[in-house]
Amino acid sequence: MILLRYAIYRFATMLLTLLVVSALIFLIINLPPGDYLSNQITELRASGQESGVAKAEFLRHEYALDRPLWEQYMIWVGMMPGPNGFSGLIQGNFGWSFEFDRPVSDIVGESLWLTVLVNLAAVLFVYLVALPLGVLAAARSRTWVDYTSAFFGYLGLATPNFLLALILFYYGHKHLNLPIGGLMDPRFEGLPMSWDKARSILIHLIVPTFVIGTSGAAAMMQRLRANLLDELGKPYVETAIAKGMSPPRMLAKYPLRMAFNPFVADIGNLLPSMVSGSVLVSVVLGLQTIGPTLLTALKTQDQFLSGFVLMFVALLTLVGTMISDVLLVLLDPRIRYEGRDA
Amino acid sequence: MTRLPDGRFVDDAPYDPNESLHQIERRDLDAPNWLLIWRKFRQHKLGLISGIFLLLSYLMLPFAGFIAPYTPNERMSEHLYAPPQSVHLWHEGRFVGPYVYPTKSEPDLETFQWKIVPDTSRPMPLKFFCRGGSYRLAGLIPSKTHLFCAPEGATVFLWGSDRLGRDVFSRILYGAQLSLTVGLIGITVSFLLGISFGSIAGYFGGKIDWVINRVIEILRSLPELPLWLALSAAVPSNWGPVSVFFIISIILGILDWPGLARSVRAKFLSLREEEYVRAAEMMGASSGRVIRKHLLPNFMSHLIASATLSIPAMILGETALSFLGLGLRAPAVSWGVMLNDAQNLANVEIYWWTAIPMLPIIVVVLAFNFLGDGLRDSLDPYQS
Repeated sequence: MILLRYAIYRFATMLLTLLVVSALIFLIINLPPGDYLSNQITELRASGQESGVAKAEFLRHEYALDRPLWEQYMIWVGMMPGPNGFSGLIQGNFGWSFEFDRPVSDIVGESLWLTVLVNLAAVLFVYLVALPLGVLAAARSRTWVDYTSAFFGYLGLATPNFLLALILFYYGHKHLNLPIGGLMDPRFEGLPMSWDKARSILIHLIVPTFVIGTSGAAAMMQRLRANLLDELGKPYVETAIAKGMSPPRMLAKYPLRMAFNPFVADIGNLLPSMVSGSVLVSVVLGLQTIGPTLLTALKTQDQFLSGFVLMFVALLTLVGTMISDVLLVLLDPRIRYEGRDA
Repeated sequence: MTRLPDGRFVDDAPYDPNESLHQIERRDLDAPNWLLIWRKFRQHKLGLISGIFLLLSYLMLPFAGFIAPYTPNERMSEHLYAPPQSVHLWHEGRFVGPYVYPTKSEPDLETFQWKIVPDTSRPMPLKFFCRGGSYRLAGLIPSKTHLFCAPEGATVFLWGSDRLGRDVFSRILYGAQLSLTVGLIGITVSFLLGISFGSIAGYFGGKIDWVINRVIEILRSLPELPLWLALSAAVPSNWGPVSVFFIISIILGILDWPGLARSVRAKFLSLREEEYVRAAEMMGASSGRVIRKHLLPNFMSHLIASATLSIPAMILGETALSFLGLGLRAPAVSWGVMLNDAQNLANVEIYWWTAIPMLPIIVVVLAFNFLGDGLRDSLDPYQS
């Protein structure tokens, strides 16, 4: 029951955070002077196309861009009736993309799921790589295993993501015949999910996952190694060895469990940087996630589109962090967030 | 020192039974903190080498114009995509001193590319302390003297030339000026913000603490890059390269402070209960003075170590932003801007040297990481 209460509490704080974040994002995307429509109107006026001006003016009114900023915000979120009554993010209306002249939900559509998929794959990759390597590096500390993994770890941390993407892409295609660009074979685009499509997506996922996950896995591995080394020096390990337990069994039974908590909690710290990474990598590799959409939207001041994408990215990290927090409480009965005074 | 017949060594100095046993260690115990830190840091070889390398790199920055044979935007239209040239010393068994071969472009009618062929019969010695394109030493003193430049009728492209015929080596040196200082300015901003917010939250506690803590949590839970992108998209495109550079580094710093503020706050929470803080308060020191004089010096070294570790993130951030075309823009030269040209894989495959700027990035980031690790390990000299 405590767990359930904690989960509810955590969910509530997440919603609150999301609200603050939405205000922050709205402020940031409105920082550049002017907006898409007023820019367009001046441009149309300058070139003497009065007919287009009327449409832009209509859109301006339709999306309440002629109102003060705070009213725009409330309407965007859906806490205040706009020209068409309550219809904002809360009501599931993501707004209109001026650049593409289509509703935002149409444009992002499938790419939302692909974004989640790419990030999920990257998180899985981080765990699958960091866990065995970190344990191995700690158990065989100060041997070549340790040094090699540390070397690659450092290299992974130091190489900019987009460079790694380019390099892997090039060599992956040349030697392993991995596909270049995109998240699926172009034949499958827009088709309903099928086995072939899923397989195509999986093959295309290999390089992006690797690129996004590497730096995270390197950081995670180093931390797991440090934690495990701390635990390995403790008396209970000595006792276990003295008892005659085999080292792998002993390792799995005691110190690993102790070192495991930070391992789970850390994903909350890692997620923001991984989601950032996925945006960048998607742009470089041309994946059909929301990364490239965000870049064009930002460059053209397409405010509803960029606002929604930013919100989605923030939501993704917040949900991920929340899940890791709840998991942590599940894993470790000692951790209680009952407030510091209790 | 006398050697006894059985091979032992014995000190000849007269034995004084009253001498304190701690006499020898006394000097170590009295040594100032920085000396102890330095002694321990010296043992961290990788960190030491990285530190020296970074020091040299930063010292080089004001003289980039002097070391570089060309100015960053000097175009040699006959030498587009020239491959790296090597500097030789010996010509046909005879010592000539550092020289290069002049090159000629020939069209290759099979691949429809320009092939650059060196003319190995004529060695042309490099000129030293010669006149070249004008630049400003340390951004102030106008000068035309370069450390070395190409002889008349030849070129010296140590790392090749790019698509406009600009020297990659010179551009990397000039790019270092921006790419390396971005991190410093960013970290200064993040340091100031982090320390002030962190110390206010930790020292005063209560409502302020709660508010600052929530802000930290929110900022930490957001993915940085999309926000960087959004903020730099807000930079007006008609600004000059210098102001864009400053605003970009400030943007990088603005999103980095929460991590620092968190550690400052945690430290303050525990330190403010110490007796010496109480004593200072009793004597009527203002809160500002207590924070500055009594609390901050306590863990300044830790802060510096963690700052060292977050500079690379900023350098990578600048590179990523410029790479995507939202950071520094064309007339400015930074490593990210240079890599922007290397976006095209097909290009990199043919002209591999256009991707060279990634090497300094990786090396510098690695060096900062090693230096930070070394500092962190050696900052607690009293710990064994």
